[in-house]
Amino acid sequence: MERIPILRMGRNLLVTIQVDMHDQLAMTLQDDLTERIVKDRARGVLIDISSLDMVDSFIGRMISNIAAMSRVLDAQTVVVGMQPAVAITLVELGLDLAGVRTALNVEKGMALLTTLE
Amino acid sequence: MSVNPLSLFDILSRDQDALLADWLAAQSAAQSRRDKLNEAEIRRASREFLAALTQALPKSADTRTEAWNDVRDLLAELSDSRASQGYSPSETATFVLSLKQPAFERLRAGIADTAVLGEQMWQATQIIDALALFTMEAYQKSREGVIQRQQQELMELSTPVVQLWQDILALPLIGTLDSGRTQIVMESLLEKIVATSASIAIIDITGVPTVDTLVAQHLMKTVAAARLMGADCIISGIRPQIAQTIVHLGVDLSQVTTKSSLADAFLVALQRTGSRIEGRKTDR
Repeated sequence: MERIPILRMGRNLLVTIQVDMHDQLAMTLQDDLTERIVKDRARGVLIDISSLDMVDSFIGRMISNIAAMSRVLDAQTVVVGMQPAVAITLVELGLDLAGVRTALNVEKGMALLTTLE
Repeated sequence: MSVNPLSLFDILSRDQDALLADWLAAQSAAQSRRDKLNEAEIRRASREFLAALTQALPKSADTRTEAWNDVRDLLAELSDSRASQGYSPSETATFVLSLKQPAFERLRAGIADTAVLGEQMWQATQIIDALALFTMEAYQKSREGVIQRQQQELMELSTPVVQLWQDILALPLIGTLDSGRTQIVMESLLEKIVATSASIAIIDITGVPTVDTLVAQHLMKTVAAARLMGADCIISGIRPQIAQTIVHLGVDLSQVTTKSSLADAFLVALQRTGSRIEGRKTDR
């Protein structure tokens, strides 16, 4: 079955979304990620969506859900690499992802996570 | 009566040169600003129009058919050039409508029977009116094209994103923010954020005349979109009047850093990015 890989970098987890997200994949990612956060005792989660060029309200909600779940498990979530068109779409959909930290790219996201620790 | 009555076509084919002369006279009488388009140009356009009309008339009575393509092309070209030269709509329509007077005079002179005269005049009127309407439509279309082009240019001119410092962008907004402009502002800001990897954007609204709930909402959208890209926004240039309006309208700007002047916003931005400006010591 298709899965989104979760990479570990120190006490942070890196998730790169490179395929079209559909409901099942998103649910699997939520399961996998929460399990990994607990197992690896992760302090930060970096979600790279730079190759995502289309979003809908479902994916927007999924991202904020993941962020909320990570926060409950005491891990900070940073969403990085959002495309301009994606940002505009999310805002127009009324999803401003309040409570989710954002950064321009993975490098800046990592720096942000380091300052948060 | 076995003989066909005199029609518009007969007049055109028989004494086109005389008709042209009369028509030109009628045009220049109606035209108050002959200086705009020179006589030779009008004469050339009129002759071509009469020739095309003579070609098209016997083929079909309906000006929308293919037989009239040449006539329509001529009129469209004429309307285009007149619209771009700033002619008024009535001046443009007069070109075709002024043909009525010389044509009707000839019909009246050539037909004795009033019933036949009425019928022929009606037919001629129908054709000339249809052509005049077409001229107006073409005129309107090219005017709309001009307006659209200007709007586009204005939008592009009025949304510059400038880099003030490393990691700091400024977006001086001038004029009213509507949804169309917000879209362009947002796009250019976000693209610039990607290009310069800036972490702070200062939106300066000194040039925005009024801020109502809609404009505020557009501003908040821009701020939210920039935040999703990892850039913080500072809104600056809020005039006292606008500060009062914002509070009276109940717009919530508590999520955004606001400063009254661009200079203040720039200082905050410098602090956040870890840079600072020092005056050079001149006195030792």
